[in-house]
Amino acid sequence: MSSNVIASPRSNSAQSPKYKRNKGSHSSFEMVAWLFMRMSGVVLVVLIFGHLFVNLMLGGGIHQIDFGFVAGKWASPFWQWWDLAMLWLAMLHGTNGVRTIINDYADRNGTRMTLKGVLYAAAVVIVVLGTLVIFTFDPCPAGAVVDLPSFCPVP
Amino acid sequence: MSPIETAETAPEPASKIELPAHMGGGGEIPTFDVTLRVRRYDPEFSEDSTWEDFTMTMYGTDRVLDALHKVKWEQDGSLSFRRSCAHGVCGSDAMRINGRNRLACKTLLKDLDTSKPITVEPIKGLPVEKDLIVDMEPFFQSYREIMPFLINRGHEPSKERLQSAEERERFDDTTKCILCAACTSSCPVFWTDGQYFGPAAIVNAHRFIFDSRDDAGDMRLEILNDKEGVWRCRTTFNCTEACPRGIQVTQAIAEVKQAILARQV
Repeated sequence: MSSNVIASPRSNSAQSPKYKRNKGSHSSFEMVAWLFMRMSGVVLVVLIFGHLFVNLMLGGGIHQIDFGFVAGKWASPFWQWWDLAMLWLAMLHGTNGVRTIINDYADRNGTRMTLKGVLYAAAVVIVVLGTLVIFTFDPCPAGAVVDLPSFCPVP
Repeated sequence: MSPIETAETAPEPASKIELPAHMGGGGEIPTFDVTLRVRRYDPEFSEDSTWEDFTMTMYGTDRVLDALHKVKWEQDGSLSFRRSCAHGVCGSDAMRINGRNRLACKTLLKDLDTSKPITVEPIKGLPVEKDLIVDMEPFFQSYREIMPFLINRGHEPSKERLQSAEERERFDDTTKCILCAACTSSCPVFWTDGQYFGPAAIVNAHRFIFDSRDDAGDMRLEILNDKEGVWRCRTTFNCTEACPRGIQVTQAIAEVKQAILARQV
């Protein structure tokens, strides 16, 4: 009934002319998500700038970064957990951000579900893969052709 | 004896003072030509809405509403729009003027760029019924859901319910709302998600949540903790900019968010 140009909102499509609000689930998920966005944001600022400072400013600066540098860092549980926190927080923060964007812009239920499905799948794959890499990383692979960290046994 | 001296020595009712032309009067108000470009829609004739231009000569004291009246009364009687008090209090004539939500009765033509056509559209996000008239029902439904009335659990007092000036000041800003829907229909979240309560409903909930005489703040906070409640707000400040009463809408929403957090955490 409404014009093509000035779009009517979702609740008001021809299918539901009585403006019925979907019954809320009485969960505080949206509140927790909102709070998590702010808190993870603050923590991420510290983690990311700490990461950038240590990698790019300290020691040899940008030229020190090679396989051996990363392997050396991940030999220490401190950097393992630092990077793990960064990975999880950044992924959850980013995923939640894109989730809200999809909620805001994807108008049709099908589109919204599909996009969010792809988003969650991608997030799970990256988080799981990243966590595995951090904790199962082998700093001294056999037959390596790159510079290994100094603590590796000389082949 | 000049007219001024007459006025000083022998006061007369103001309307009878005759001023020479160079001293002012009705003729001094500047006139100019304006073109209104109005979004027309009439479902009885076409499913499409179209722009229609109306050109007329208006005075410097005229508002957009006066121009719409001139069109309706002198050029095209089929032009449809809502207006009641015409003085910025009833909230009937919120419309999108030059791309911004404003009240037609509070927008002076001289404050707009009259060298170009002035675009007038219905507010966005609500279904258009005809020309500038939209169906306000989704808007008022959200308003009703937040229970915009005093709920008090105590005994009915025999006198008025007392409140200190500070307690009254706490929610003073949000008492100014006239329910014109300029805020809600300027909200990009509401444009795509008509289920969102919208700024106006939250502002009116704020008015009672922070009222010391009201006892149902918790119920309203629970309602607005919904998936379509305050967490849907993206703080784009469109609502604050659109509000013809100057209510700090986004701030009110943020205060409700904080109240929900303070209650739950």
